[in-house]
Amino acid sequence: QQIQEDLNKQLLDNLVSFLSRSHSAFQEKTTEWTCRMKFREIPTAALVLGVNVTDHDLTFRGLSDVLQDNITPYIALLEAKDCPGIKNLMQKLMGQLMNCDIDVDSLEDEDCVQVSQNRIRCSMSSLISWYESLTKKTDSETPSKKRNSSSRHWQSPPVVVIFKDMESFTTKVLQDFIIISSQHIHELPLVLIFGIATSPMIIHRLLPHSVSSLLCIELFQSLSCKEHLSTIIDKLLLTSRFPFKLGEKVLQVLINIFLYHDFSVQNFIKGFQLCIVEHFYSQPLSVLCCQPVDVKKRVYSLSHDQCENIRRLSSFRRYVEKQESGKQIALLTSDSFLKEETEKLLEDLHVYHENYVSILRCLHVFTSSLPKYPLGKQIRELHCACLENRVWETEEYESSLQLARMLNKTDLVTMLQQCVEILMSSSGKEFDKTVEKLKEFLTQFQNLEAEASQERDVSVSSQKELQKKTDLYHLQKTLLELKESRRSKKLTKFEMLRFEVVDYIDSLVRKYLVPADDRTLHEIVYFNAATVLRGHLNAAPRTALHTALNNPHWYLKNQALKCDGGGISNKAPDICIVYKLHLECGRLINLVDWLEAFATVVMAAEEPNADAASSDQVDDIIHARFIRAVSELELLGFIKPSKQKTDHVARLTWGGC
Amino acid sequence: SLAKKIKEQKMGNLVEEYFEAHSSSKVLTSDRTLQKLRKRRLNQQTLHDLLKKAPLAYAAEIRDLNQQHESLFSKWMLQLHLGFNIVLYGLGSKRDLLEKFRTSLLQDSVHLVVNGYFPSITVRSILNSITEEVLDHIGTFRSPLDQLEFIIKRFKEDSSLELYVLIHNLDSQMLRGERSQQILAQLSSLPSIYLIASIDHINAPLMWDQAKLSLYNWLWYETTTFSPYVEETSYENSLLVQQSGSLALSSLTHVLHSLTLNARGIFRLLAQHQLEKKDNPSYPGLSFQDFYQQCREAFLVNSDLTLRAQLTEFRDHKLIRTKRGADGVEYLLIPVDDSTLTDFLEKEDEDV
Repeated sequence: QQIQEDLNKQLLDNLVSFLSRSHSAFQEKTTEWTCRMKFREIPTAALVLGVNVTDHDLTFRGLSDVLQDNITPYIALLEAKDCPGIKNLMQKLMGQLMNCDIDVDSLEDEDCVQVSQNRIRCSMSSLISWYESLTKKTDSETPSKKRNSSSRHWQSPPVVVIFKDMESFTTKVLQDFIIISSQHIHELPLVLIFGIATSPMIIHRLLPHSVSSLLCIELFQSLSCKEHLSTIIDKLLLTSRFPFKLGEKVLQVLINIFLYHDFSVQNFIKGFQLCIVEHFYSQPLSVLCCQPVDVKKRVYSLSHDQCENIRRLSSFRRYVEKQESGKQIALLTSDSFLKEETEKLLEDLHVYHENYVSILRCLHVFTSSLPKYPLGKQIRELHCACLENRVWETEEYESSLQLARMLNKTDLVTMLQQCVEILMSSSGKEFDKTVEKLKEFLTQFQNLEAEASQERDVSVSSQKELQKKTDLYHLQKTLLELKESRRSKKLTKFEMLRFEVVDYIDSLVRKYLVPADDRTLHEIVYFNAATVLRGHLNAAPRTALHTALNNPHWYLKNQALKCDGGGISNKAPDICIVYKLHLECGRLINLVDWLEAFATVVMAAEEPNADAASSDQVDDIIHARFIRAVSELELLGFIKPSKQKTDHVARLTWGGC
Repeated sequence: SLAKKIKEQKMGNLVEEYFEAHSSSKVLTSDRTLQKLRKRRLNQQTLHDLLKKAPLAYAAEIRDLNQQHESLFSKWMLQLHLGFNIVLYGLGSKRDLLEKFRTSLLQDSVHLVVNGYFPSITVRSILNSITEEVLDHIGTFRSPLDQLEFIIKRFKEDSSLELYVLIHNLDSQMLRGERSQQILAQLSSLPSIYLIASIDHINAPLMWDQAKLSLYNWLWYETTTFSPYVEETSYENSLLVQQSGSLALSSLTHVLHSLTLNARGIFRLLAQHQLEKKDNPSYPGLSFQDFYQQCREAFLVNSDLTLRAQLTEFRDHKLIRTKRGADGVEYLLIPVDDSTLTDFLEKEDEDV
């Protein structure tokens, strides 16, 4: 599993760097703005970050790093859960600020450390005195020691307070803090940053006018999480750098969880991680899922059992069936031959990926500009469609080709140019010819322009002719002729060329965008167990309980439990019987009736063999079993004791679930 | 779209069912009560004994299920180490399963077992056991938050520290609060703390919002075991089991026997009065003045003061409850159900 952990790390690093990069523009803006602020009101930046709260941590960490480097060493990050009251808030704030101070200063003067421990009295005035002493110190220091060249231009660096989750703060605390700090804004240059998940309206809802007038708010918008997702998919899935790939269904599950549940990029990554773990854990051949450089070594170190595993793969069997009989025997019996063949196949697979990605991008260039987006707007949709089945057999593809045949020239040319760029940048070797061909198309188009102008001349001349004729009969005749010629007119050269281009693209698609399922040995790099993934990430505990209580047969494989339709066998576990009986009731359930119904059912089940024991004894046992079942239902949250009527319980669910 | 339509219909039904269930405030159930059943109420011990006699159905199948789950143990370990935490759901007690996991895999490592179903468990006690037993830190903290901070700091400093936390019933009464979940979530987000928990309540996932979910980083595993919730329900104060919180006949007689004759007489008087009025649902209790009068007539007390002192003693033993009525008069009630009271009086008569 070492490999897989490496992979994991590689992936995560990539992601983190990407995420921070995507935030950097946004952070730059905020930083710049922080520099410009004047000190009359409390300057406040409201960052609208979207509902994916879980991803914000990274943003804030990046932001505080950037601020620390460029402007001020004094940054405090406050979270709502740490600040139930104004006292806690001040305490936290002081603690963080002084620690910040020490972090920055620790390189130079060690005697500062003693400041940290005395946070017994945390009031605004002590904060101010701390700040004053600090500024004095830095004032005297600045000329001699330049720490951060940019930040030291400031006589007094601002103190930045970041409220991570604006929505969850209590109004009172927030208001109090703002009012207090506005009193001291002259001595203590504060800058507030609010992280807002919903909309800027929340500021006005949380703060009354008197408080919000103390703030000088500027709004900043962050990238939407959907854009993040598409870039991540771009970087993670549509590269050949990572040998591990996702199957169509799995990808669909992940995207669905993202789009329909939480918009959280982090959860998406977590799902991806889980896919990796599952794949490397469950698939014995996943050792071969590695960079092409290592393939050879690993293939040759395969054991006999692993070779057998390869032979068992369904895609490999299909492959064998297509071979002639001599080779078939060799493949099935000789391990060394199999290894050679496997290596070749894996290389093929790798090449296939490289080609696939670049052709996919080309196709996306075409389809993403079509009206109504028959194949989807985002590249991920196209990717899914390609993985699912042969894309050229779908209706959507058909209609998009038809639309492509109607494109005008300028669009077509720019698209072709884009394709050329993509293909040039891709590392696959097979595209030299393709690029050549595309370039040829381009030059042809340029030639066309010249021809087109000539053609126009021709038409103009014919029109001039038309104007000359004044005779009605002749006019009619020429008009008819013109019409005739237009109808039967051969396609113009441009149109011909256009068809050619589209057909060529079509052929490319057919050649390279074969779904992965059709490739041999795809099981090694593709992870396809969507149900497992959904079970682990997006579980439905309630459904599980429901099935367990309704059809215990599902779990307990016993013949006696099988029954037809909605009924329940009287041999089912006690809790199932009790549950079934409770389903028949309304909002309140009478315990006595319930108990008797239960007893009747259970007695019917035990009739044949219950003669021996005295009925009283049996009664007691049934009573006890009923009690146990009812308290289990109570523990599970289906019922609760009710005070409305004596010896009744209230149902907490309704209908059949 | 057929499937979609069916689904829609189902949804519609679901909504209708809800309103059907809650439409009328009138509930149609029979008026029978457990009192009228000639059966005695069972107490915890007899219940336990009786259940022991009843054989567990489908033992073989349940064992098969458990074996299926046990085969996942090594996978769990791997996933725990990769930063995920594991939550088990499904019908049946998962206690034995977790216990098995503990004994088979965690024997050599530091681990903490939290019995969430235990009614007096708190987050504080969990944190305490971490700081005291795992980190060997002696000392108190002002708030759980401080304590948490300390733990996080220690675990971050010392990368060799590893801790497995097993929580049975993460959704129990005591742990389901927002604050405790927050603290547990933060704990579980530490990379060197591995959490494996079980939930049972149908609405358990409601405890967690997005932020907590991402801290917990759950991997869900369905582990339906069908085994009875023996430990879990033993603390559940069921309606059918005699509740330890309210007065039982045995304790009533026990307390009364230790009192003076006059005091017993006073209590008896009150009980008789209450039984006479038991069919009147709006009976507020006996007012103090009336009661004093009656006691005087029976030569049980000689002054207002002695009666009050006696009543205070009763109140300390939770034998009576006083309630101030709408007119400001103090009313006295015995908070014991009528049958127990009748039993008590009968027994008293026998004794005398």
